[in-house]
Amino acid sequence: MIHSMSHRAEHTYLEAIRAALDHALTQDERVLLIGEDIGAYGGAFKLTDGMLERYGAERVIDTPIAEGGIIGAAIGLSLMGRRPIVEMQFMDFISCGFNQLTNFAAKCHYRWGAPISIVVRGPGGGLVGGGPFHSQSVEVYLTKTAGLKVVAPATTQDAYALTLAALDDPDPVIVIEHKSLYRAPQLRDVLPEGDELAKLSKLGEAMIRREGDALTLITYGAMVHRCLEAAELLSQAHQVEVSVLDLRTLSPLDERAIERAARQTHKLLIVHEDTRSSGLAGELCAVINERAFEWLDAPVRRLTAPNTPVPYHAQLEAAFAPQVEDIAREALSLATY
Amino acid sequence: MAFNVIMPQMGESVAEGTIVRWLKKVGDVVERDEPIFEITTDKVDAEIPAPEAGVLLEILAGEGETVLVGAVVAVLGAAGESASAPAPATSAPAEPAPAVATATPAAGPAFDVIMPQMGESVAEGTIVRWLKKVGDSVDRDEPIFEITTDKVDAEIPSPEAGTLLEILTGEGETVLVGAVVARIGAPGAVASAAPVAAPVANQAPAPASVSAPVASAPVAPVGDKPRSEMSAAELRRVRSTPVVRKIAAEHNINIALISGTGLDGRVTKRDIEAYIASGAAAQAAQAPAVPASAPAPASARPASAPATSGAVALGVPMVPVRMGERDSMEPMSKMRRTISDRMVESKQYSAHVHTCFEVDYGKVNQLRKSFKGTYAERGAKLTFTTFLAAATVKALRAFPIVNAAHDGENVIYRGDINLGIAVAVDWGLLVPVIHNADDLSMLGLSKSIADLGERARTKKLKPDEVQNLTFSITNPGIFGSQWGTPIIPQPSVAILGVGTIEKRVKVVTLPDGSDTFTVKLCGYLTLGFDHRVIDGAVADQFMSHIKHTLETFDESAL
Repeated sequence: MIHSMSHRAEHTYLEAIRAALDHALTQDERVLLIGEDIGAYGGAFKLTDGMLERYGAERVIDTPIAEGGIIGAAIGLSLMGRRPIVEMQFMDFISCGFNQLTNFAAKCHYRWGAPISIVVRGPGGGLVGGGPFHSQSVEVYLTKTAGLKVVAPATTQDAYALTLAALDDPDPVIVIEHKSLYRAPQLRDVLPEGDELAKLSKLGEAMIRREGDALTLITYGAMVHRCLEAAELLSQAHQVEVSVLDLRTLSPLDERAIERAARQTHKLLIVHEDTRSSGLAGELCAVINERAFEWLDAPVRRLTAPNTPVPYHAQLEAAFAPQVEDIAREALSLATY
Repeated sequence: MAFNVIMPQMGESVAEGTIVRWLKKVGDVVERDEPIFEITTDKVDAEIPAPEAGVLLEILAGEGETVLVGAVVAVLGAAGESASAPAPATSAPAEPAPAVATATPAAGPAFDVIMPQMGESVAEGTIVRWLKKVGDSVDRDEPIFEITTDKVDAEIPSPEAGTLLEILTGEGETVLVGAVVARIGAPGAVASAAPVAAPVANQAPAPASVSAPVASAPVAPVGDKPRSEMSAAELRRVRSTPVVRKIAAEHNINIALISGTGLDGRVTKRDIEAYIASGAAAQAAQAPAVPASAPAPASARPASAPATSGAVALGVPMVPVRMGERDSMEPMSKMRRTISDRMVESKQYSAHVHTCFEVDYGKVNQLRKSFKGTYAERGAKLTFTTFLAAATVKALRAFPIVNAAHDGENVIYRGDINLGIAVAVDWGLLVPVIHNADDLSMLGLSKSIADLGERARTKKLKPDEVQNLTFSITNPGIFGSQWGTPIIPQPSVAILGVGTIEKRVKVVTLPDGSDTFTVKLCGYLTLGFDHRVIDGAVADQFMSHIKHTLETFDESAL
């Protein structure tokens, strides 16, 4: 144990992302970082702390607060043969670079045959009292756009593996990290290596995090952990065993894994932190209906945030986002349908 | 004004608490902050003070019960006040549903009018006056009743246009926020569409069914209403989910014959699977009207009538179960319900008496060891159960009354010895039957027991393999039970319970007349028998017979 720890240190989710960036910068000289305050300041979350010193101002580029400009510059760098990794200080502001992403990066390969190999990463989601401009779930702005890929790692190992997978992919990939997971102590884990890493670093593959027969909770991001807690509560208090399917990649969706879950447990509850209308849950419902209607033993349900901006006050935010008890209650109701 | 007393949260991570002791009893007057009960949790033990002064009207969680944080454990109020007013909003199912409040989903043809929340902290409201009467037509947003609450008095507008079909809360009555106080629908809509008898509340003294599961409970009839007029609850009972329909089509099953355990009596995937596993499907296909398992004697009992639910209907009213806010309800599976009904029926019919004998398994063990190999070569497993079954069959031949049936009027001596052997399965209990067990050799018995047990566990039993037992053996000894008091499967009159087999210290007398200790392999056998038919002396002779057979087992029988 001591021996293995000595060469496989435990990392937080944030340190795993930093390790992935370090790895990429070390292994591939085409890779560079670009974003607001990522150099001298070390990033708003200190994720890129020390990188400017290690890799120099040519590869760790501080920019003005201008997301459209940053993403546009990254696109240009990609066209010139570099592999830029863009940091959005908060994912909320990816909307400022929306035109560059959706009208240019997403289309370029299909229009000109020129792939835009960029990674845009940064903290999304809330649950930390960030208020309406620093807590949003931006995934469906992006999953809706053909030509973009979107991943949402929920674990430390995925944070490392999916960041590297995003970088290896020739398409523009958005990595939505979850800020509430950055330094969560219970997520400390070793980094995957070898076969383990190869298995995890594939886009488009969901993963079963817990198995049960009563129903499947389909989720992603920080909600994976709340779903796992709810699953434990249901098992302990009600002897109801539920599966938890972590989507990991939101575009393209792992439709086969979703279908498998429907075939195996016949009841599905989709849980996300994003708001309800046109949230990813709606798309998942459609996929399930298309692929597994005959296997359903209950209507597919979704548990999401309500259709409001994210409130600031801790109690309001707690009421806004699905809590462990909410998930358990809804799952129990579905289990007894 | 009544207050709910809830299980408090003792520390952030604590999710539930156990009531250790009530310091007050119902009817006691309590001061605000006076301790009224003691709890223990993962983190702390504490006395919990009353949130308000008043009279303890009701205790909802007994001593020793563990409830989730936030669950209502008691109700406080003014002396003389009824406890039922502030009942937890989710309590309805177990009670005889005074109002139809919870039954109709808003999706039906009628809309529920609820007591609105007038201010964040207001939990209930009192109806001052109805501005409309039943039959009046109302416009959307037209005031239909006046309420008064702790904070405001207000006129409440109708949520929909339509006809006031039903008033559920009278003037002067106080109800919780969210309670349904009236129902509004199209002029022709039927207000009474909603009240579907809650399963637990069923008290119809319908004659109990003693037959196979098939007959127990067709779904409650919903008449010939067009689907468009059915409520969601009714539709759940007549329309099934895709996976259930798919299975029904594959097995050619009429879903209406299955009693459902899902929401509103819906047939779930587990229900239809249990139905198939029980063999009921095959029976229903062969003889939909007459339960195949009810041969002549049993038919002397009242014919089984469809009950409105699967709950046992013996004319004994169920004790109402009050659901706390944090309680959860799990409908019984089809199999659970069948077991439940049969066990209660048997306890009602038979005068159960039990007698217990200790058996020395030394001889059996020695034979088992020496013949195990021979049996294995012939594809059989020689177990203690094989010996027990053989000894039992022999004793049944000697005491035909133990192999009989009873129909309340007559004793029916069975021509065949059909030995049921209870098998615990993951999802409950099955009793496969070895028909004409007395025709079989020890080898035949051992193969038969293994085969039926295996197929019970893999759900491959045929319908006729779980029927017509004349005597049964249950072996809780494999789980360590010393001895038990098994319930007799009707309409047979006795059952043998096998206790664990273990080494025990016994006193024996040596040839020289001195006593000494020795170790023997022993176990208890219990006979549960129906004293209406079998007297104690006969039961004990029957047991002595088995004991003698086992202790002096004839090697030539192997």
